[in-house]
Amino acid sequence: MLKIDNLHVSVAGREILKGLSLQVNAGEVHAIMGPNGAGKSTLGHVLAGRDGYEVTAGSVEFDGKNLFELEPEERAAAGVFLAFQYPVEIPGVNNTYFLKAALNAQRKVRGEPELDSMQFLKRVREKLSVLHISDDLLHRAVNAGFSGGEKKRNEIFQMAVLEPRLAILDETDSGLDIDALKMVAEGVNHMRDANRAFVVVTHYQRLLDYIVPDFVHVLADGRIVESGDKSLAFKLEEHGYAWLKERKLAGSEA
Amino acid sequence: MATERNDIEKALSRRYEAGFITDIEMESLPAGLSEDIVRAISAKKEEPQWMTDWRLAAYRHWLTMSTPEWAKLKIAPIDFQAISYYAAPKSRPKSLAEVDPKLLEAYDKLGVPLHERAKLAGVAVDAVFDSVSVGTTFRKELAEAGVIFCSMSEAVREHPELVQKYLGTVVPVGDNYFAALNSAVFSDGSFVFIPRGVRCPMELSTYFRINAGHTGQFERTLIIAEERATVSYLEGCTAPMRDENQLHAAVVELVALDDANIKYSTVQNWYPGDENGVGGIYNFVTKRGDCRGARSKISWTQVETGSAITWKYPSCVLRGDDSVGEFYSVALTHHRQQADTGTKMIHIGRNTKSKIISKGISAGHGQNTYRGLVKVEKGAEGARNYTQCDSLLIGKKCGAHTFPYIEVKHPGAIVEHEATTSKISDDQLFYCRARGIGEEDAVSMIVDGFCKQVFKELPMEFAVEAKKLLELSLEGAVG
Repeated sequence: MLKIDNLHVSVAGREILKGLSLQVNAGEVHAIMGPNGAGKSTLGHVLAGRDGYEVTAGSVEFDGKNLFELEPEERAAAGVFLAFQYPVEIPGVNNTYFLKAALNAQRKVRGEPELDSMQFLKRVREKLSVLHISDDLLHRAVNAGFSGGEKKRNEIFQMAVLEPRLAILDETDSGLDIDALKMVAEGVNHMRDANRAFVVVTHYQRLLDYIVPDFVHVLADGRIVESGDKSLAFKLEEHGYAWLKERKLAGSEA
Repeated sequence: MATERNDIEKALSRRYEAGFITDIEMESLPAGLSEDIVRAISAKKEEPQWMTDWRLAAYRHWLTMSTPEWAKLKIAPIDFQAISYYAAPKSRPKSLAEVDPKLLEAYDKLGVPLHERAKLAGVAVDAVFDSVSVGTTFRKELAEAGVIFCSMSEAVREHPELVQKYLGTVVPVGDNYFAALNSAVFSDGSFVFIPRGVRCPMELSTYFRINAGHTGQFERTLIIAEERATVSYLEGCTAPMRDENQLHAAVVELVALDDANIKYSTVQNWYPGDENGVGGIYNFVTKRGDCRGARSKISWTQVETGSAITWKYPSCVLRGDDSVGEFYSVALTHHRQQADTGTKMIHIGRNTKSKIISKGISAGHGQNTYRGLVKVEKGAEGARNYTQCDSLLIGKKCGAHTFPYIEVKHPGAIVEHEATTSKISDDQLFYCRARGIGEEDAVSMIVDGFCKQVFKELPMEFAVEAKKLLELSLEGAVG
């Protein structure tokens, strides 16, 4: 589904991603861990199409298409979803209205009929009950005045309603208490199926107790330096990223 | 080449849909201003002597005045002798049924149906075309409720006692340069009288249209709500696209007696000029409401998207005890448009309250100024004001300016002022786009959210129109 090959990305002339390769197939959950400044958030932003990131080499294919040829809104319509690390506030714009506009814009691009208010609300109610989110969230302006936890819940709620094919969660667990963390995990687990993939970017192993990944990758200094199954996350948690560095050094000397 | 030109024209007319010219036989006075012209206007309108004298007094006063220079506006000098002060369609209809079909068509194109099917809309309309009112709908229904809704010319003829009692009592003849000019040459406008205890059974609205070239529009509106009367009044304005600057200098006076309630909404969409600032309406308007009675309330809501220059400060004089004044404003400047707009809240009575919500949006090279005065007089015990003044910038070449003036002479007054300036951030745009919403739609959505507090004060159909207008006016503002 997603094929990243030797991706090099610079921000303001500084190279952040230095030859990152990653393949994600439908039905899989990939966790990407790594120290601060490794390029984790850059990866999410580049995939979603944010301005200011210069791709200097490499390629990204999504369902066989060159992802970089699509505008951000076209990527969304194609099924790419980024859960933001810092969700953005849009004062005065109703959360439900925003989400309906987003869903219908995507459906229009895909040639699907737009949902009317009744159909949309029905879908929203279904998702709310699964996610244990209160109605209150619907009536407020997009992320305006939300607590950190509420913002993250709102991202998961949006994901649930938009039903993307590839969801990238950018440190969705950071700053969450244990209940909110469980809710986020439940949201993801509920959506896991054979046609959908997740890339979960996180600092901590804790989230992976609830979202059990198929693969764990370590992103350090702009590339994937180690890949494995979920046990890799435990090792990292135990030994820290320094351990990895030492191992790498030892490996290169040998 | 031909297709290219067509495309350009299409793009332009989409941006300003009201820019067409109606080809209709007009009669107009020669350009220039003098006592003779003032007399000629008065004669055309078959006015009584007192009205002619009133106009002449205003004209003589105007001659002693000079154009106000304090606004943050760059205005090319206006040649008052180059303007025609009166233009009217030649045929004089006696009723709506006799109105020239071309005129009806013009209003139809603007979405203001004047004929019978207008009844569906449930809004009574007075249509002012250049210098004259061409028709007022729903007269019979309104008359049954005791409401007078007619053109100003007609009011001078049919209800002279009311006009004489109230005209110029809120905005005196010599109030300011443009008000004095208007008093001398005003040609038409709407007159509304809601008698004691009557709640006006429908929304009233006036639709102003400038059509003729080299002509100014000087309308005069007077609304009187007697004790316990209630009325909601809407005003819309458009003009053709011309490469000259046309002058619009209106005066609106509102009088609210005890427990009366007047709500006045404007969607101003005069032609704004092109991207380079060529053409467009110079909009110099004096609007003032007098809360003369106790517990009266006057509420102004304006959405200002048009005009090359907007100079406008709808104000409330809170004379009656416990009276309330409100001002809700969205002003948008794009390309080379300039707006200097705001309000004055004058607290005179006890326990008077005022609220100001101003939203300024600047895009392109637009310059947007909020200028507002909150004045609390000595006797205004318990006066309260809340002002919120927000500016939104789109792009790097526009400007937003805020000039709040506060004068408080009563120590117990509570005056609050909050102001913010923000930009549509890249973060917001990217967030919307990452959810599938295209850039232009995202901007509309963010701007709409910014204006929400004001839009919710508008009657529903107007709110929809205002929203659409903002979207059109902002086309091409990003990217």
